[in-house]
This record gives sequence, structure tokens and C-alpha cells, in this order.
Amino acid sequence: MRMKLNWVSTAVIFVSILWSVAGSAQESHVGKLVGNAKRGKALYVRYCIFCHGPYGDGRGESAPYLDPKPRDFTKAVFKCRSTPSGSLPLDSDLYDTISRGIHASGMPSWKPLLRQERVDLVAYIKTFSSAFQEEKPGTPLQIPPEPPSSPESIQRGGDLFQSMNCWSCHGKDGRGYGPSAPTLTDSKGYPITPFDFTSGTRFKCGDSDQEMFRDLVTGLDGTPMPSFETAMTPDQRWDVVHYIRSLSARKTAAKLKVEPIAK
Amino acid sequence: MKLKSAFIPIYALVTLSVSVAILPGWAGPADASASVKGTVKFEGVAPKPARIDMSQDPICAKAHPTAATTEDIVVAADGGLANVVIYVSDGLAASTFPPPQQPVVLEQKGCQYKPHVLAMQANQKLSVVNDDGTTHNIHPTPNNNREWNMSQPPGVPLEQTFARAEVAVPVKCNVHPWMKGYIAVFKHPYFAVTDKDGSFELKDLPPGTYTITAWQEKLGTQIQKVTVAAGEAKTLDFAFKQ
Repeated sequence: MRMKLNWVSTAVIFVSILWSVAGSAQESHVGKLVGNAKRGKALYVRYCIFCHGPYGDGRGESAPYLDPKPRDFTKAVFKCRSTPSGSLPLDSDLYDTISRGIHASGMPSWKPLLRQERVDLVAYIKTFSSAFQEEKPGTPLQIPPEPPSSPESIQRGGDLFQSMNCWSCHGKDGRGYGPSAPTLTDSKGYPITPFDFTSGTRFKCGDSDQEMFRDLVTGLDGTPMPSFETAMTPDQRWDVVHYIRSLSARKTAAKLKVEPIAK
Repeated sequence: MKLKSAFIPIYALVTLSVSVAILPGWAGPADASASVKGTVKFEGVAPKPARIDMSQDPICAKAHPTAATTEDIVVAADGGLANVVIYVSDGLAASTFPPPQQPVVLEQKGCQYKPHVLAMQANQKLSVVNDDGTTHNIHPTPNNNREWNMSQPPGVPLEQTFARAEVAVPVKCNVHPWMKGYIAVFKHPYFAVTDKDGSFELKDLPPGTYTITAWQEKLGTQIQKVTVAAGEAKTLDFAFKQ
């Protein structure tokens, strides 16, 4: 009897090890939370399927009415990342996007969902592309401390806005009417409008100075916005952040909100 | 004693045959010296290249004393078609080819890509050079590789790779919307891009029967079969029309 019990418990342990190995590709890790794709699927079908579609390709029933179009998860190309251009996002990047939403788009903030639920959704979203099994995310960016804004910093940022050709899309006055603006498309071929810095609209991937700095480093993949990782030094990027902030109707930046779980 | 002396010739024979097999140029499957060369022609009246208006960036416009023109169909006086990618699309024995150490160079000059069509091996280094006095962004939009998009001011080096085969990855600059190019990526080294006369050569092929594909960005693809014996030089021509 005792022997038999031991045998059964060994088998149970063995099967559960197998299960966890097979399931690891469909897991997500954000802080101490571990997401489960199966639970994520149930949430996806309830909350996300209408826009992102049953196959995760962004062709949900509501997609024709949305601009910009819902993300196509099968391509594994994401705008808001802490990783270099061309590399996969971290689980925490996807979690942050689900939590924050994408401003000025159809993607709302999903903070009403439990943190565990959002982590589960990350696990399920990753199953739509084999890239998450074949590749690893790039090294995430470390954001250095921000020097205080000053008229000199804003001046230097304005000069860089010229020399880096930011104006060719965003316009000389930052209103988004640069000479190249009418030619721009996203990676699906849909027209895309450069950001109007004077509008006071919140930035797509977060509105703090730190998140603007990050966007300048990583670029917004799948859009015409390039990475300035090798093009500018960190100090130069802070100057550009201060300059862009000076164009906005809202002069004060949002504070970077960090949920204790995410980082 | 008798046993020992019998061993020596056998040992010598084995050593000899092994070293012969390793010697380069040994006739057999390792003999990769066949070649396929030819020209690609454009049939009919060549379309006139369109002028490019670069006035939005004076630095680009200044680089061209006479107006720059589009490079999507470039035909020589005798009909030779440039910028066609010629490659082995089938017939290679399954083997892996390590990428060359030497990087391929894509130049941005006069706010155009030089070369307009580039071919490289997967995981080979792609070195992007900006010779212009203005900032570009280099933005490949692949189907089978990772999409990336890097800003590049004058003189800043940039190195990237593509992990998977793809014919061909479109490349654009969002800052200068007329800038368009293509990068063809292969798992093997048997590819070429036709020069301004439309000629190409695929070198160092092992003997065998191959499917050779010609790809042109506007005119599509053409396929031909060719069989080469060891060391044989075959000629293969293609003709495209609009």
C-alpha cells in the first residue's frame, strides 16, 4: 500500500514537471506574478476579441471602425517597449501597455482588471506569435536621472529637433504637418499621423518625461518613428524631451507612475 | 610480429585515404567550382525614369546638379536590366552555410540607397553608412524578419542583421519618402545582383540541378532550371517585360 502511494506521488510529480516545462512558453512573468495563457484566453475572449480578433491578427469585428488599427499580435511588433528597436518587448512592457492603454487610440486602460488577470492576458497574447519561443527580448533600457529643464536645455533640444530631421514629420512648429507627414504609413500600410506636440494630448506610450525619453531610445516599432539610440547621447535626448515639453499646452509632465508589481 | 607487420599497410592506407578526402579540390560532392552566368534583358521600350523632387531637404537637392531619378526599373542602352536578384531557389543539398565575416555595406548617398538592391546572407552583418549631411532613418519593413527603424545622423555607424531568408525586404526612409531600396536575404551564398549592364554570375556551385530564380521589384519573378557538371560554366539568360 505504502509502495503504491509512493509510486502514485512520483507519477504526479513527474507529470506536473512535464506540464510546467511544456507550459513555460505560454507563461508570463511580471514581478512575482506568473501569468497563465489558458486563464488569459478566457479573459481575451471576453474583453479583447472584438478589436484584436479571434486569431490575434487585429481583425476583430470592430477593427474596420478604428484608427489606428488594433495591434496584430501575430507579427509580434509592439510600439511601447523598453527594449531596442527590432527586438521583442518584455512581459512587463506588454503588462504596462494593457494597464495604461494606448492614448489617442481605441485601446483603453485595463486597470479595472486584477493585476493577475492582466499578467494572464500577457501570457495569452504571446501565444499568437512563435517569435516569443524563438527569440529573446533585447536588453531593456536603463533610464538615467533627468537633469532639470532650463532655457539652455530647451534651446539645445530645439537645435536637435532641426538637425535630427524631427521636423520633416512633426513639422517645424511641432504640429505634425511636416513635409513627409502625408506619406507616412504604419507597418500595415494604413496612413498614420505624426504626433502634434502642441495639442496637449497624452503621448501614446505614457506621458512622463521618462517615458518620452524611452520612446526616443526605442522608437515606436511598426510606425515611422525611429529609434535614436545611436543617434543621440542621453543628455541630448533629455534636451529634446525638454524642448518637446515646451511646445505643449500642458507645461507640467505627468509623474511616472510605477505600479509596485510591474517593476 | 607477423600480426604487427600486417597492421602497418592497413594503417597507412586508411591514413592516406582520409587525407585525400580532406584535400581541397578532391573530385566529388565537395567540388564546388561550377558557375552559371548570363544577362537579364528588358524587352520593349524602357520606361523613362521619373524625376525625384528633393526640394523638401535642401541638402539632398544640392547633392544632385541634375535632377535625381527613380531606380525601380534601370535599363542600359542595349536593354540590360540592372538590380535583378538572381539566386538558387532549389536544388542545394541540405547543408548550412556560415555567414561571411565581411559585412555588406548599404550607403545613403545623395539621399538615395547605394546599391538600390542589395543581397546578403542571413546573419551576415549589414553596415549602414550615411554619407549625406542630413539625418536619415533606415526602416526595413520585412515579412519574415524583425522590423526595426533606426535614426542615423551623418557619420554615425550602424550595424544590423537579418536572421531569416527573405526576397526581398523593402527598405525606406520616412524622413525622405522618395528613398526606397531592397535587401534580399539568403540562407546560402549562391546569389547575385545584376550590374548596370544586366549581367550576373553565380560562382562556386557544386555540380547538380538547380532552380534559378530572377526577382525584380516591379516586374516580378522568373524561374529556370539548370544542370551543371563539376567545373562546368553554363550560360543562362532572362528577359523581363512590362
